[in-house]
Amino acid sequence: MNRLFQLLAALFTFALPIQAQAEDIVAGLSQNAVQITATFVGSEILIFGAVKRDAPAPEGDLGVVIVVEGPSHEITVRRKERRMGIWVNTDSVEVQRAPSFYAIATSGPFNEVINQDVDGAMHISIPESIRIFQSEQVDDPENFAKAVIRIREDAGLYAMNEGAVHVTDNTLFDTRVQLPANLTEGAYKARIFLARGGEIIASHTADIEVSKVGIERWLYNLAHEQALIYGLMSLAIAIAAGWGASTFFRFVLRS
Amino acid sequence: MQIYLPIAEVSVNALLLLGLGGLVGVLSGMFGVGGGFLLTPMLFFIGIPPAVAVATEANQIVASSFSGVLAHLRRKTVDIKMGLVLQVGGLIGAFLGIQLFNYLKALGQVDLLVKLSYVIFLGIVGGLMFIESVRALMKTRGGQTVPTRRRHNWVHNLPIKMKFRASGLYISAIPPLMVGVLVGILAAIMGVGGGFIMVPAMIYILGMPTKVVVGTSLFQIILTTAFTTMMHATTNYTVDVALAVLLLIGGVIGAQIGTRIGVKMKAEQLRVLLAMMVLAVCIKLGLDLLIMPSELYSIGAGGH
Repeated sequence: MNRLFQLLAALFTFALPIQAQAEDIVAGLSQNAVQITATFVGSEILIFGAVKRDAPAPEGDLGVVIVVEGPSHEITVRRKERRMGIWVNTDSVEVQRAPSFYAIATSGPFNEVINQDVDGAMHISIPESIRIFQSEQVDDPENFAKAVIRIREDAGLYAMNEGAVHVTDNTLFDTRVQLPANLTEGAYKARIFLARGGEIIASHTADIEVSKVGIERWLYNLAHEQALIYGLMSLAIAIAAGWGASTFFRFVLRS
Repeated sequence: MQIYLPIAEVSVNALLLLGLGGLVGVLSGMFGVGGGFLLTPMLFFIGIPPAVAVATEANQIVASSFSGVLAHLRRKTVDIKMGLVLQVGGLIGAFLGIQLFNYLKALGQVDLLVKLSYVIFLGIVGGLMFIESVRALMKTRGGQTVPTRRRHNWVHNLPIKMKFRASGLYISAIPPLMVGVLVGILAAIMGVGGGFIMVPAMIYILGMPTKVVVGTSLFQIILTTAFTTMMHATTNYTVDVALAVLLLIGGVIGAQIGTRIGVKMKAEQLRVLLAMMVLAVCIKLGLDLLIMPSELYSIGAGGH
């Protein structure tokens, strides 16, 4: 028993040298819960932190990358093509994983802060965050992935802000991430990476809970849990409004 | 003023939606159409997900049609009996239409076929109506009074005759039923209310007076859209009541104004405007098919 424990302890220290790293992240968020109310117009999260060191800072510049990511959903991307002179949807691709929101802030040009292999392994940049099913029908699935990025960038849901992370004295860092008004609820995540020479030397993850509150929450729950009552309520409102306007106009025009 | 919609999950300008609802309401009260054709693309443009836009619109149309019908009822320009006969036909048609739609879908390329046939159909209906009503309008301008046409065509020689007092008709119940079935099929395939096709059909096939047509069309739209609202609310959960309220406040007021404008206009003028609107929709749909879209790709919900 005792030997087994020793063996495990040895394995642990051997297998995870990263635990004994020289630099680590201490970070905080201005809010870790975003509440969507009826008058929600978007929000801003301040993400800040410092690098904790056991030894003096090594040579070279410190790079910081901060990613705020929304929940992923499966989506279908369709493409229009001209058939017999008319534009119709033809090919479609199932996208297995595409985040509903994805904002990256970096302390410098992305390619200089993090090298391509590391990005591929850690799924940091926007193209890396999207995963497509292997598709036999389409020759160019990459164009569909690009389209998702283009459409969502236009909608303000995907953003890459190079140079938006301010690093002070190679130790303190901070950035502001804009959350747009068309935010969907779910479990969001903030990932912070420290990099030197293109390699990641430390990382940190914090959760951000985005949820509807108040009347938004109530209506959403009613619509999903008591669909029949919700439908009847919608109709009752419609009929009452129609009758109300009619009665109002009659009195106004008579008097 | 921005409002976050609980089901659509987007933030929208409340005043814009009030105005949009009002505009569609005016058309609804004037012409007896639901206005979904106009509202759907506008809601897409604002960024409302298509499924939510279509379902919520149905709810808004219930409100503006009800508002319009009450105004028409007071003027006795609703033929309830005719409306009910059309409704029965419409339900049969909707049922058949869904079957047909699924059959076409299995064959593939249903989208193209439906859109093309719709453009051609609207073009013919709108064009014929435009020519007819412009001629009628020119005759009245020339000082002649247009004789109320009592055309005796095949429609009047069928069995099961019924008296439609508000329309001043004594005709067989078969033609209105058939019109209802036809509109029901088209509505189910196209995903539109069908007021567009119903109104010209009532004027030209059934020979109903234009004024009665508007109120009667609104009457049957209420039942159809109420049913659609319930279907969407219980199966897809896509009715956004906050969006509906914003649209329908504008809509019910617009419908009252529209009805009053409609009553003050001559039947021929009303028909000219309606014909122009049908043609405008036809051209719009046609251009959508012919002009290269600025974004070729679109994102839909997952699953399939």
